Amino acid sequence: MRLDLKKKEERFFIVLMIISALLIMSFLGFILGTILYKGLPALNLDMITKLPGGGFYLGKEGGVLNAIAGSLMITVGSVIISAVFSVPLVMYINFYLRKGSFFSNAIRFSFDILFGVPSIVYGAFGFALMVYLGLKASLLGGIISVSLLIMPVMMRSFDEVAKLLPHNLPEALLSLGSTKYEMIKVLLRQLMPALITAVLLSVGRGIGDAATVLFTSGYTDNIPTALGQPAATLPLSIFFQLGSPVEEVQNRAYASAVILTVIILVLSFISRYFSAKYSKNKI
Amino acid sequence: MEQTGQPHNVSIENLDVFIEANHILKNINLTIPEKSITCIIGPSGCGKSTLLRTLNRMHDETPEVRISGKVTVDGQNIYAPRVDVINVRKKMGLLAQRPCPLPMSVFDNVAYGLRIHGMRNRKDINQRVVQYLQYVGLWDEIQGRVKSSAARLSVGQQQRLCLARGLAIEPEYILGDEATSSLDPISTKKIEELFLKLKEKYTIILVTHTLRQARRIADYLIFMYMGEIVEAAPAEQFFNNPRCQLTVDYLSGSFS
Repeated sequence: MRLDLKKKEERFFIVLMIISALLIMSFLGFILGTILYKGLPALNLDMITKLPGGGFYLGKEGGVLNAIAGSLMITVGSVIISAVFSVPLVMYINFYLRKGSFFSNAIRFSFDILFGVPSIVYGAFGFALMVYLGLKASLLGGIISVSLLIMPVMMRSFDEVAKLLPHNLPEALLSLGSTKYEMIKVLLRQLMPALITAVLLSVGRGIGDAATVLFTSGYTDNIPTALGQPAATLPLSIFFQLGSPVEEVQNRAYASAVILTVIILVLSFISRYFSAKYSKNKI
Repeated sequence: MEQTGQPHNVSIENLDVFIEANHILKNINLTIPEKSITCIIGPSGCGKSTLLRTLNRMHDETPEVRISGKVTVDGQNIYAPRVDVINVRKKMGLLAQRPCPLPMSVFDNVAYGLRIHGMRNRKDINQRVVQYLQYVGLWDEIQGRVKSSAARLSVGQQQRLCLARGLAIEPEYILGDEATSSLDPISTKKIEELFLKLKEKYTIILVTHTLRQARRIADYLIFMYMGEIVEAAPAEQFFNNPRCQLTVDYLSGSFS
């Protein structure tokens, strides 16, 4: 009797686990299915190779190359800026500061909060900052705001792995007579796959966010050629096209969503490749 | 230790070590004879590893540890102000309990220490790496695989690689912190044979958990209990004619 109950209990949880797994996969399936169903018919070479022509938003010729280029520029710029700050910070709290010290806890606590701040707040803050500095909505404004948005993502996911580094590795390096800086250079090799994952996560968050760039990077039908020029982005491009009453334009919004998804997919394959490459010597 | 006629290269005077409020090592006084194997034995938690780690200032990395007293290596107190900790560590090669290869190839593992200590010439590095891989008996075993990841070696091979890596920077002392405890008997035997070969050139200080290992390779024994040195004597005297009752009890296996 008791045994029977135990078995039922076990079976219940197995069923629950399977249902959850299927549910989450079907969400992904539905999302991909919807954008592919609606977007694929509208997707053509023009979409990714042409700028929006006159009357594009009324259903005439053109593509979203402006938004693809803008999004890539903003993402690359902000990933570089975030990495420049994230890597030293994570090394500092993990290998220079004492474990559990007040300062390292304070830093971790701050980026935990920053992690949870909604992106529109970064947009608003970036906007206020730009007004203060006298900047117009521009590529630079977008890069700064998106950096603020993704920096906590990058720091946090990188820090999680750095914390788990086997403690005898730093010790082995120090006992060979390495300085701390020399030690960190080797530890970074070990952490390289983690850093790539952190970069990918932050790219995913940055490239798809509309609220941050809404006020800060502006929108344009051209590809920006200088940091001071406005830049279009894919999320905003999708937003504007979806808002159109013309059905053809609405379908192009879904096609743009397909493009955005494909970009993220390609990036994640690239990062997997490099991650595996740098894992070769990982201990 | 009553060894006469031997220059003593490592001597410890009035050493006390605290970890936060805990008194881990209590008034340690020791002289360790050169070109021989000294084994530090004692039950878990007696402070063996802590003692070993004071010898290459590994405690510097843990701010909770407070050290007072003198550790003199070749006439220099390594805890004196303005002593370069990097030189201390270069001189005192540490072999850890679990082998920890660096995340790079077998070759680079050995070359790493040489490079950080300023060796630039490729030919010299190459020659030194091969020399020490041969010395620890890895060269023939892994020949042709020196460019592959060190993580792919077996644990026993990794430990010998770590030994080669430590030896390549030409330390004067070898500190082993239960260096064979994670190895199988055959690998253990290989490492022990290496130690016996190495003692002609180096002063070796080993922490060991197994009395049998101490019997096999030790020239001198230091028996610790509860942070104090109970007995320190040459191996023959220690095993055959121990002076303290506590040593007798430990040797007979009454506690461990």
